Amino acid sequence: MIHSLFRSQMMHSHHALALFIFQGGASTIAPQADYVFYFLLAFSFFFIVLIFGLILYFMVKYRRRSEDELAEEVKVSLPLEIAWTVIPLGLCAIIFLWSGTIFFREARPPARATEIFVIGKQWMWQLQHVNGAREINELHVPLNVPVKLTMTSQDVIHDFFIPAFRIKEDVLPGRYTSLWFQATKLGTFSFRCAQFCGTAHSMMVGTVVVMKPDDYARWLSANAPAQSMSATGQKLFSQLGCGTCHANETSGKYPSLAGLYGHPVSLRNGSTATADESFLRSVIVNPSGMQIAGYAPSMPSFQGQINESELLDLIAYIKTLAPEEKETASR
Amino acid sequence: MSEAAIKQAGRPILEEHFADLPAQEEARKLGMWVFLVTEVLFFGGLFTGYTIYRELYFYGFEQGSHLIEVKWGAINTLVLIVSSFTMAVAIRTAQVGKRSFVTISLLLTTALLGVLFLFIKLYFEWFHDYKEGLFPGVHWDYHGPFAAHVQLFFVFYYFMTGLHAIHVIIGVGLMFALAYLTWRGRFSPRYYSPLEVAGLYWHFVDIVWIFLFPLLYLIGGRS
Amino acid sequence: MSVAVAELATRSRVHYLNESYGIKSWLLTTDHKRIGLLYLVSITFMFFIAAVAALLIRIQLLEPNGAIVQPETYNRLFSIHGIIMVWFFLIPSIPAVLGNFLIPMMIGARDVAFPKLNLLSWYIYIIGAFFELYVVIYGGVDTGWTFYTPYSSTYANGHVFAAAAGIFIVGFSSIITGLNFIVTIHKMRAPGMTWFRLPLFIWAMYATSIILVLATPDLAMTLGLMAAERFLGVGIFNPALGGDPVLFQHLFWFYSHPAVYIMVLPAMGVVTELIAAYSRHRVYGYGFVAFSSFGIALLGFLVWGHHMFVSGQSVYAGMIFSALSFLVAIPSGIKVFNWTATLYKGSNSYDAPMLYALGFIGLFVIGGLTGLFLASLSTDVQVHDTYFVIAHFHYIMVGGAVTAYMGGLHYWWPKITGRLYPDKWARLAALIIFVGFNVTFFPQYVLGYMGMPRRYPIYPPQFQWLNVASSAGATILGIGYLIPFVYLIWSMRYGPEAGPNPWHVKGLEWQTPSPPPRENFEETPIVTEEAYAYPTRPRGSARV
Repeated sequence: MIHSLFRSQMMHSHHALALFIFQGGASTIAPQADYVFYFLLAFSFFFIVLIFGLILYFMVKYRRRSEDELAEEVKVSLPLEIAWTVIPLGLCAIIFLWSGTIFFREARPPARATEIFVIGKQWMWQLQHVNGAREINELHVPLNVPVKLTMTSQDVIHDFFIPAFRIKEDVLPGRYTSLWFQATKLGTFSFRCAQFCGTAHSMMVGTVVVMKPDDYARWLSANAPAQSMSATGQKLFSQLGCGTCHANETSGKYPSLAGLYGHPVSLRNGSTATADESFLRSVIVNPSGMQIAGYAPSMPSFQGQINESELLDLIAYIKTLAPEEKETASR
Repeated sequence: MSEAAIKQAGRPILEEHFADLPAQEEARKLGMWVFLVTEVLFFGGLFTGYTIYRELYFYGFEQGSHLIEVKWGAINTLVLIVSSFTMAVAIRTAQVGKRSFVTISLLLTTALLGVLFLFIKLYFEWFHDYKEGLFPGVHWDYHGPFAAHVQLFFVFYYFMTGLHAIHVIIGVGLMFALAYLTWRGRFSPRYYSPLEVAGLYWHFVDIVWIFLFPLLYLIGGRS
Repeated sequence: MSVAVAELATRSRVHYLNESYGIKSWLLTTDHKRIGLLYLVSITFMFFIAAVAALLIRIQLLEPNGAIVQPETYNRLFSIHGIIMVWFFLIPSIPAVLGNFLIPMMIGARDVAFPKLNLLSWYIYIIGAFFELYVVIYGGVDTGWTFYTPYSSTYANGHVFAAAAGIFIVGFSSIITGLNFIVTIHKMRAPGMTWFRLPLFIWAMYATSIILVLATPDLAMTLGLMAAERFLGVGIFNPALGGDPVLFQHLFWFYSHPAVYIMVLPAMGVVTELIAAYSRHRVYGYGFVAFSSFGIALLGFLVWGHHMFVSGQSVYAGMIFSALSFLVAIPSGIKVFNWTATLYKGSNSYDAPMLYALGFIGLFVIGGLTGLFLASLSTDVQVHDTYFVIAHFHYIMVGGAVTAYMGGLHYWWPKITGRLYPDKWARLAALIIFVGFNVTFFPQYVLGYMGMPRRYPIYPPQFQWLNVASSAGATILGIGYLIPFVYLIWSMRYGPEAGPNPWHVKGLEWQTPSPPPRENFEETPIVTEEAYAYPTRPRGSARV
């Protein structure tokens, strides 16, 4: 019985192995990363065969045949030393550049990517779509559409890992990290937490469901709550009293939020930052770390008064604020 | 270290695994230098952490620095510099063969300056800060702006000055031990490498403070 | 009759093992050889504790839902396995046992530069070890050996503070050992023992000592800060309190990546000695092998960020660390090629230590090449924090460092104990270890590529057959390690007398009786030739 159980396991996993090696992954980045992987496999195989082969050959050919046999004199060849330094170096440089280019692509989400927000906590994943739809340990995404995940953690470091898409990124408390992919196959794929996060680390797993864009739109509206993220954010904005300083700001005493998102901001220490999600987040929770040039450092910290999910809502709202002044100027 | 060896004033003591005396002395000095390299890396981790956080949380750190007194830091800097001087002179007097009384009093002065440093640190600074509620995790009573980052500043402040103080305590112990050995007549112009090696250590402890003082006190302390 | 007389003569000869008896003569010894043996016994004890943890891990993973323990227990098992294996077995293994025993003998010195400090380092090790034993007995620690914040400093259960304190303490033992070796190699060499006449083991140990001295204090500081955060509840690495969790990773890996080279550089040194000895050849490209150790030590300090490609650090930092990580592969490659070339036209024998040395090269090559998958950015993203990484570093640390340690122990065993072990058993054990190791860890590469994350007590069923294979291999590997344990102890009493130079090899340590006298050499040796000056027959001449 154990035997048959084992055999069924074997069949099952052979299938999984075949899926992996012969059918490749299920995202646009997967085949690119896989080619590097296969190249490295071939590269390794070559050197393993070369070195194992030479060692076995020398061990047999030059084996000691009598107790007092001497070795033969061998002169060190400088060209040989140079060759086995420079050739691997050159090959490594090629792999480095090739692989690095792909990594760069992985790190730059396309501008028009669909945004989804991920919050990791011990021990579950909460995923939120822009229209407010939320899911736990399940992620519905459209096929052939770039999707950008903005991720944060409510407690310890987690890591969002979708093996079939060949992507992975740590999910940190206190900041946003991002990940993007474009799924190329319909179906369900596993995602897992890859950074050790405590007792139920291995249960912090879930499923990506890749759907046709139409199906995805239908799913999204069917699961939409009463409020979108930005609507919830607007409510929070007034509840927390953000509007006291930042709403309809014309006095010049406080920074205006209109049209802020995505634009450069000069900081007091002389550097410039882009007002992206991470920037807005750090200003809200840690204003002292991000002093805006030309304004008194009078903003209080909202750390502890607002959770990660609410922060995302708030930021979603700030992102919707239209650039008023420019509009009035153009009018 | 046999009794007979100690009794014979000024006789160098060659440990049996060394070929000759110069080799032994060089080994000791090199040993201390390598140890000091380790020490640099020891403090290096803290300095790196401090620098990164000061960059990240500039205002909190500036605020924290305002809460400690430059006056005491400056006095302690002076105390340590003078102690380095007395240490250097102590080695010199042993080297040129002055009466052991001179060397002993210089070593004891160095030790007492070290004690003075520790007293100022402990009583006028740490104890005072503790009473004011500026001891993170134990007695923390600061609610001004950037409280979290001020606390971080103080964590580094106690860690760095605390680690430094441990080094001063060890140094003071060394000074007393050396004064005792000088009294027993162990050193002479031919053999004074323990003094030199301890001197290297003492100067290092001094130099660490020379870095700590501006980093912690001078970035915006009240005068 | 004459045999009996000779035996009587050796018996009556005074050497370091019989010059004094009793517990006190060992616990208060300043003899580097006895201290080496004290370490040998201590780290073997720690090895068995951590090995039991490994065994339980492999049993647990036989079934997807966990065969024996709850996840909380499993987390404690892999944490204690990592902590003890890294800091209480691997890092002291070759340096503190073989290094202590051999460095003074190989350079013709009577002892290390600071014998009392040397003994102190062992006591510090023991104190640190007691902290870890306390942790094991009183409920364990569940952070993993990496102690990532804020999990370790705020969320973890168990004895994080005690575990970190033990590592903090044992760090000073490492520092003292490194300091002692640096000064010893600089100042204690016998007349005529110039730098370029040194055996390459000494070069490797010198490079290792530099890492020990430079990297260890950083770890002490990092764990100190982590413990302070946990103990006082103040924010240093916890973002909720204003800290930065990634800073911890930077500081941690600034030590822990070089720490890998603390394990593998001495192993390379041992293997270099073994290859030369059993091929009766001067090591091919002596200078290249010597300086590649320094290349590795230097570059090893600059690659820590490759542990953090997906940690949220900047893409540009990732690019730089990736390039440097590829670079550090080159000096390792140089060593492998030079070892292989040493065998060319050698007089190669199949003694057990040679089999270990060849096993080392094989496993190190596989481990090193799979390291490139991790240095390469886009492939690392896939395999980071999976079983691929586990397989990779076990190939380097166990397949590499432990195999070399076993080889070195066999090679110098006659010198240490004065006795020979049964060679047939030793060769058999070397083969079993090689096979068992590959069966255990090769499937883990596949598991990692398929996406099984590390530190998973419960895993998807499709990974089961590879886990079963790995556990089966672990059984073979375990048997492989037990065999030498038995026959080496047996040989101490029943093994035949070895004589001063049973392998007929070069090296100062073989020019003195086995076991050596307390002061190593009857009179200080004077060195007149380079290392590995084996007589050779002229080029192209026929074999005798």
